[in-house]
Amino acid sequence: MITFTPRDKVSKNWTIIAPILSIFLTIFFGLLIFTFLGYNPLETLYQVFLSPFSRIDRISDIFVKACPLVIVGTGLMLCFRANVWNIGAEGQFIMGTLLAGSFALLFPSVETKFFIFIMIVIGFIGGALWAFIPAILKTKLNVNEILVSLMLVYVAMLFIDFIVRGPLRDPMSFGFPLSKPYPDGAIINKIPFPGIGYLGQLHYGILLILLLIPISWLFVNKTLSGFKINVLGSAPKAAKFAGFKQNTITITVLLLSGGLAGVAGVIEVSANIGQLQPEVSFGYGFTAIIVAFLGRLNPIGILFAGIIIATVKLGADNAQMSMGIPKVVTGLFEGILLFFLLTGETLQKYKIKWSKVT
Amino acid sequence: MAIKKEPEILLKASKINKSFGNFSANKDIDISIAKGEIHALLGENGAGKSTLVKIFYGVLKPDTGTIEINNSEVSISSPNSARKNGIGMVFQHFSLFPALTVAENILIALDKKIKFKDLILEIFKLSEEWELFVDPLKRVSELSVGEQQRVEIIRCLMQNPKLLIMDEPTSVLTPQEISNLFKILKRLASSGCSILYISHKLEEIVELADQVTILKSGKSIATIDAKKTNTKFLAETMVGKEITDLKKTKLMNVTKNTALELKGLNKAKETDFGVSLKNINLKVNYGEILGVAGIAGNGQVELMEILSGETQCEKENHILLETQPIGFKNITERRRLGIETIPEERTLHATVPNFTIAENTFLTYFFKYPKADNIISNLLNNPQNSKIESENIIKDNDVRCPEANPLANQLSGGNLQKFILGRSLANDPKVAIFSQPTWGVDIGAATSIRQKLLNLSNSGKAVILISQDLEEIFELSDKICVINDGALSKILPVAQITAEDVGLLMGGKLKTSDKLETT
Repeated sequence: MITFTPRDKVSKNWTIIAPILSIFLTIFFGLLIFTFLGYNPLETLYQVFLSPFSRIDRISDIFVKACPLVIVGTGLMLCFRANVWNIGAEGQFIMGTLLAGSFALLFPSVETKFFIFIMIVIGFIGGALWAFIPAILKTKLNVNEILVSLMLVYVAMLFIDFIVRGPLRDPMSFGFPLSKPYPDGAIINKIPFPGIGYLGQLHYGILLILLLIPISWLFVNKTLSGFKINVLGSAPKAAKFAGFKQNTITITVLLLSGGLAGVAGVIEVSANIGQLQPEVSFGYGFTAIIVAFLGRLNPIGILFAGIIIATVKLGADNAQMSMGIPKVVTGLFEGILLFFLLTGETLQKYKIKWSKVT
Repeated sequence: MAIKKEPEILLKASKINKSFGNFSANKDIDISIAKGEIHALLGENGAGKSTLVKIFYGVLKPDTGTIEINNSEVSISSPNSARKNGIGMVFQHFSLFPALTVAENILIALDKKIKFKDLILEIFKLSEEWELFVDPLKRVSELSVGEQQRVEIIRCLMQNPKLLIMDEPTSVLTPQEISNLFKILKRLASSGCSILYISHKLEEIVELADQVTILKSGKSIATIDAKKTNTKFLAETMVGKEITDLKKTKLMNVTKNTALELKGLNKAKETDFGVSLKNINLKVNYGEILGVAGIAGNGQVELMEILSGETQCEKENHILLETQPIGFKNITERRRLGIETIPEERTLHATVPNFTIAENTFLTYFFKYPKADNIISNLLNNPQNSKIESENIIKDNDVRCPEANPLANQLSGGNLQKFILGRSLANDPKVAIFSQPTWGVDIGAATSIRQKLLNLSNSGKAVILISQDLEEIFELSDKICVINDGALSKILPVAQITAEDVGLLMGGKLKTSDKLETT
């Protein structure tokens, strides 16, 4: 029989050993599965894990892919720390993008790059408004935010679909559901490196992460507001005892996370797509939930988690292109990785003992 | 040769060991219970009492050790086999289904098949015989706590037990119910049924038991003839050191002005499980301790929350601090005004268990730090600000910590309570309100906490003490009132009210006005 006994304090040794052990177990089981399915295990592993690091432009693409995940994940971190379950970041991402994008299309000839800052603010408002619906329903009517935020994802998906097929469709798009291209001012440029040129898709939007990570770290660790969020998540009655207003905190974290999801959408579309289309997100809002938890609800952890998830996603693309491995197989591998990383956490919190069945 | 007749041993346990992870709850415990004996098991919280009786009742399995019943070794693998061996148990938290009737509840637990009609007859017979009066057709949800306990006892008696285990049976009873229970237990014992009685209340044990075994940190340290001992000796053996008496010196020259007053306060319950507060009138003066007695779940939690400011009053002038109406002030504003509350739940309410002591200090101190002229440091108002204050609280209140700035859940219950008290008292409150301040705390810490309450009132502060522990109420309070079903009895000086009156008030069987007319 296996018994789990809680440790008094999280073990420091296991904090280091557990992730390493998780990676090795993932590799082991990955090799097993790829062999079983008839793929060359070592090459598959190379494609999924290492090929994204094989060229400098591929490395920069990891950051491009990680960018929206980290931004959305940071917002979700605030919610999850407060025990508020915002599952609808995908919808907030879409609505932020849609609002900012529609705004940009009103000014077809704007060229100044300052325009992008206005778009970011509008994207934030769009996402925050979408998150305000579950926020107000939860605080006023005690409606479960998980259901409302999740259901609103599908509303948002259908709404943007309707907009780009209808009101905002470019008459020159030959019937494709696409908006007109964004004006120059609404486009985020790639970063030119002197002597090298562009590195993959690396764009200026990445800079926002460099700003966001330290600010959010300060916010959750060094401010009263961050403290309130942490208390509410750990002990709601203690929050009441301290005089923190639960509803205010709940609404704030939902607005912030919705807003950040909207910002992520603006950056993603302005940098990589340049117009509105029915699909703007590719599941970033859902994947970011995993990123937030994998990063242990910690800004720096979320940065690394975003990079890991982005790596595996790009690796999966590479494996599909070079070896014809279907995405479901690499998806399985991704699942194994997450499984071991999250179970590894158990080892930090619990001692495990094997004993004979009595 | 043997002149003295040895009593016949019913149950003998030897070298019982049980550990949970690294923590050993029972270490080499030996105990033997004679036939027809009331054997008390005494020990502080966490001494291993519950673990031991759970082993006897088959809920837990010992790691090593043997149990003999009537001189033959038995293995008690489940409560079922415990019952077959003649062992019955009444748990501290009852295991009745509130929606079912008494008879149905008894039927469920019965191992033998019986016709419902015969069952009811048998219940009647038993309740007549043992004066355990209860209506078998009533729903359990309509019964008082004392009646529910009777159902549990009847349920055990249906099995003709040879040993009845009672786990802290009096913690929820009024004094009258307690003395009834004791009568029943004594009769049961004289009829030959042994009783293993678990308690940490010393008076009860001296009054009731024949033998008493004292447990301390999982070990059995003594078995004493309960008839030849006294509470002080038991307490000192249990704690392992001398207990200092409380110093009760009242300052006479303190002006006793009204500190806090509740006037006709009403508050409807917020959930189905809550209690509505009904027309509460309460007044506490500076230099006084007002004790609020009552059985748990009669509105203490709601009263506490409305006093602390966690819930809002319906009218501003329902609560007056001196003459200032504060009914609409929130908990932080009341802290600023000098009202400190110490809630019943130490973890998750008064503190956050996985936060450090500095963070937990910041929890109620955060509003002190912002200064008008420093925007940056106001923006970064964080638990680091409470570091020095938390260290002072630890030092001044003798809070024993395993390391510097530990997590709250690394402290023992008593030390955590000392910290919580210290945190509030460091604010130098005018009015301090305590709910169950010594509940589940070891005797040493309890004494020091009670002394602090007395010192507080001696220094001219107003203190409200909400407690289930009548001994504590009578020991500390200057005035006493009782809360029952959300209503408060009239406040009387401690000299004018007896424990019996309080007991009747707790059970809702006496109005203070009746009492006043008779005296």
